[in-house]
Amino acid sequence: MTPMVDLGFLLITFFIFTATMSSPTTMDLNMPKDNKNEEDQTKVKQSGALTIMVGKDNNLFYYEGELAPDGSNFQSTNFKEIRSAIIKKKKQVEASYVTDAACEAKARQEGKNPADCRQKDFFVLIKPTEEANYKNVIDLLDEMTINKVARYALIDPFDTEKDLITASQGSAPAAAPPAQ
Amino acid sequence: MPKVNIVKKSTDTDMTPFVDVAFLILSFFIMATKFKPAEAVPITTPNSVSSQKLPENDAVLISIDKDDKVYFSIMAKNDPQIAVDIIKGAAQARNIPVSDAQAKNYFPGDMIGVPFNKLGAFLAMSNDDKKKYVQEGIPVKDSANNELYYWIAATRTAFAGKPLKYLIKGDNVSKFPAFQAVIEALKKNDEQKYNLVTMPEGAPEGSELWRERNQ
Repeated sequence: MTPMVDLGFLLITFFIFTATMSSPTTMDLNMPKDNKNEEDQTKVKQSGALTIMVGKDNNLFYYEGELAPDGSNFQSTNFKEIRSAIIKKKKQVEASYVTDAACEAKARQEGKNPADCRQKDFFVLIKPTEEANYKNVIDLLDEMTINKVARYALIDPFDTEKDLITASQGSAPAAAPPAQ
Repeated sequence: MPKVNIVKKSTDTDMTPFVDVAFLILSFFIMATKFKPAEAVPITTPNSVSSQKLPENDAVLISIDKDDKVYFSIMAKNDPQIAVDIIKGAAQARNIPVSDAQAKNYFPGDMIGVPFNKLGAFLAMSNDDKKKYVQEGIPVKDSANNELYYWIAATRTAFAGKPLKYLIKGDNVSKFPAFQAVIEALKKNDEQKYNLVTMPEGAPEGSELWRERNQ
């Protein structure tokens, strides 16, 4: 019986190693049409906007609302901490929600949760720079699903933002110095 | 003196249940295994919490590898004529002669990653040669000469009236501009909905999605 058992285990090991247990999944991405017409463009309320930029080496930068001229609200962060920033901003927007009957009625009609109206002013702008990885972008889009952010968009950063990113990436300690 | 009676047991154990279990596991793995199709270009996709299944038919797959090279593949196993239509349509739009025989040599799911001027020669290769050939990727960087645009335009014509999905599969380390160029080619064709290929991942504990899924 021993040779048979040997062969059996050999086959088990082979199948364990070749098995692809998790088949790939897909995630939806809907991009807006490029509207030249100002009136058709989606308006975003300054108070509910959160802009997240992706720099090189998995660095993230974000600011709330409008970018201050002196860049004082421009903050640098990373993928571990961005979630709390998103949640904080979302809570803040939800707290300042004034009951909007029209929105809630529309949500009910369409079979959606009227509670989602609470975050109707919340809008996340994802701006990857040219140095961003594909993984970074997917991770951020995934973060929107994880935190149930209803409205977000993927757009190009402004030149002022690019400059700020370059400046802060240059000044920040490049990487942890190697241990002695 | 009483006699101490030591029972002598055999050192052989009964292996039968053990072997039974082993073969049970073996049969499980044989049945559960779905072999990975051999990939010409290895691409490691990022993870996401999404749980939608990947469509295997009626779709085109645009892949971006780690060197930002773009590939195009037609996933239409149940209707090989579509692949022929797409290849001929795209080549025609660029005035590149591709014969029927060359177009038929395309096997659904194969990745095309050559500029149009090398398409005929690439399609004429044997399967072994195709695998060995290092493709340079479909030119997308130059927005005036984004060749992916013609591929998608041909796809739209070939799939007219049928359901069609655009799958985008990018490598973890590919750079964002390559992805942007792909999106640009799709947008030019008035296509706004895409499916990004990812590997599944659980929702992080404590997050809103996690709470919703565990209700």
